[in-house]
Amino acid sequence: MATTTEIQNEIIDNFLLFDGDMESTLFYLMDLGKKLPIMPAEHKTEDYIVKGCQSKVWVFPNLVEGKVNFEADSNTEITKGLVYLLWSIWNNRTPQEVLETELFFIDKIGMSSMIGSQRSNGFAGMIKQMKMYALAYRNMND
Amino acid sequence: MAINIELIRNQFPVLHQKVNGKPLVYVDNAATTQKPQRVIDALVKYYRTDNANIHRAAHTLAARSTEMFEATRKTVQQFINAAEVEECIFTKGVTESINLIAQTWGRKFLQAGDEVIITAMEHHSNIVPWQLICEEKGALLNIIPINDAGELLMDEYEKLLSAKTKFVSCVWASNSLGTINPVKQIIEKAHAVGAKVLLDGAQAGAHLPIDVQAMDCDFLALSSHKLYGPTGVGVLYGKRELLEAMPPYQGGGEMIKEVTFERSTYNDIPYKFEAGTPNIGDVIAFKYALDFVNELGKENIATHENELLRYFTEGINDINLPIAIGTTNQQITLIGTAKNKVSVQSFTIKGMHHFDAGMMLDAKGIAVRTGHHCTQPLMQRFGIEGTVRVSFSVYNTKEEINLILEGLKSLLKFATIKNN
Repeated sequence: MATTTEIQNEIIDNFLLFDGDMESTLFYLMDLGKKLPIMPAEHKTEDYIVKGCQSKVWVFPNLVEGKVNFEADSNTEITKGLVYLLWSIWNNRTPQEVLETELFFIDKIGMSSMIGSQRSNGFAGMIKQMKMYALAYRNMND
Repeated sequence: MAINIELIRNQFPVLHQKVNGKPLVYVDNAATTQKPQRVIDALVKYYRTDNANIHRAAHTLAARSTEMFEATRKTVQQFINAAEVEECIFTKGVTESINLIAQTWGRKFLQAGDEVIITAMEHHSNIVPWQLICEEKGALLNIIPINDAGELLMDEYEKLLSAKTKFVSCVWASNSLGTINPVKQIIEKAHAVGAKVLLDGAQAGAHLPIDVQAMDCDFLALSSHKLYGPTGVGVLYGKRELLEAMPPYQGGGEMIKEVTFERSTYNDIPYKFEAGTPNIGDVIAFKYALDFVNELGKENIATHENELLRYFTEGINDINLPIAIGTTNQQITLIGTAKNKVSVQSFTIKGMHHFDAGMMLDAKGIAVRTGHHCTQPLMQRFGIEGTVRVSFSVYNTKEEINLILEGLKSLLKFATIKNN
C-alpha cells in the first residue's frame, strides 16, 4: 500500500497535467468522484453529515482491525471528487496515520483558487471531521 | 429608441476581462449589477476632493458634501415620483428598509390578532422581519399562494383580506422567478380593507418604471446596488403622514431635534430615520447610477432585457425539443414561467446538481447564481432544493446568451454520459 505522501504526490502530478484549465480539472474531479465505493443509504443520516459544506457530504467511519474505514458520499459531483481525494489518502489507515498526515497536496494543486473560498471552508470541514473520527478511535484504544 | 449596447458595455470596466481564460459573461445581475465608470468616478472624486460629514457644519467641504448628498435624494424623489423629497429615506438597502418598517410601523400599529400578508415568493428579507414582529405582537402572518407558473393566486389573496389585515408586504418582481406581481391591484384591494402596503422593489427598481403616487403604495424599498449603484445604500419611500406617525428606528445623532437627559424630541422626516453618519460617498455616487438609468430610459432597458429573456427561453426550448416524434426530451426545466416577467430565469438541469452546473459554467467564464436565492419557502413550493439562475441586464448581449446556451449543451452531454 502506497504511503499517504506517495498518494498525495500522485494527486499533485495528475492535477498538474491540466495546467490550470478549470473545465478539465472539474471534469476530472467529477470522474474521481465515481471511484468512491457506494455508500449504504442507511448510513446517509443527519448524524453523519459534515457541517459547513454548501453541498451535502456524508462521512461514516468504522474501525476494522485497527484501521479506519471511511464510507463517504456527496449530493454534488464536484464535491464527491473532493471527498474521493481525502478518501484515497486516508481510507484503511490507522487512526495515528490519519492524525499525522500533513495534507500538502491542497496548496500544491491550488485548491482554493480552484473551488473558491466557500467550498474551501467545506473541504476544511471534511478534513476536520475525518480527523475527529480518527482521534476518537485513537483515544478509544488508549 | 434602440440602445447601443456596445456604447453601454464600454461604460462598465469590469465586463472587459477574462475569467478562467474565457471572456466574462456576467448574468448574475439579480444579485448585483455592475457599476458604470461614472459611479466609480463619483466615489473616487468624493473621497479625493469633497469628503466631509454632512449637515451642521460651517465649512465648505461639508456644504459641498451635504449638497451632493441631498441632490441624490432629489434624484431619488424624481426617479420614483414621490410627492415630496422628505418622503425618501436612505437606508443600507431593501433589507434594512423592510426591517425599519416592521420595527417601527409594525411595533406601533400591530396588535394581537392582527394579520400581515406576504406572498409565497418573498425573499427571506421580506419574511423574517415580519415573522419577528408578528411573533412579538401575537399577529398572524398569511401567505398568498402561487400557481405552477409562479403567479400569485389573486382569488386566494382576496380570501385572505379582512378587517384584521393591517399590512401587506409584497415583492414587486420576484428575484427567483422573475414574476412581476400585479401590485396596483394588490394595493387597491389592501386599501379597501384599510391595510397599508410595502413593495419590495429590489428587482423591479432597475427594470420597471416607478410612480409611487400613481400606484398609491404606502412604502417602497429599493437597493442601489441592484440599480448600477454602490452597495450599502438603499431607499425607503413612505407617505409623509405614515412616516410622521412612526416612532424612530434607531437613536443617535442627526435623528434628534433636542436632547436632554430627561427626554429627547425627534427631528423631522427624513432625518428622524437617518441616525448616525450615513454612507455619504455611496449615496452621492448612487445619483450617477440613477442618471445612467434615466438617460437610457426604463422602457428602452426593458425592451432590450425582454428580448434577451425571450431569446434565452427560446434557446432552452430548442434544447428540450424531442429527438423523435412522440418522445420527450426535457433536459432543462424552467422554474418561473409567468406571463409578466423581468429578465430573470431560474432552471434545473436533469441529472446535474445546480452547484456543479454553476461551477462548470464558471469554468467557461459564465457567472450565474446557484442555490435557493434566499427564497427557501419558494423552493419548497416547487419541491426543489435550488436552481441555476440567469438574470440579464442592459449590458448583456445575444452573443453572450449563445455562449450560455452552448455551455449548457456541453453540460448536458456530460450529464447524459454520466447517467448512462
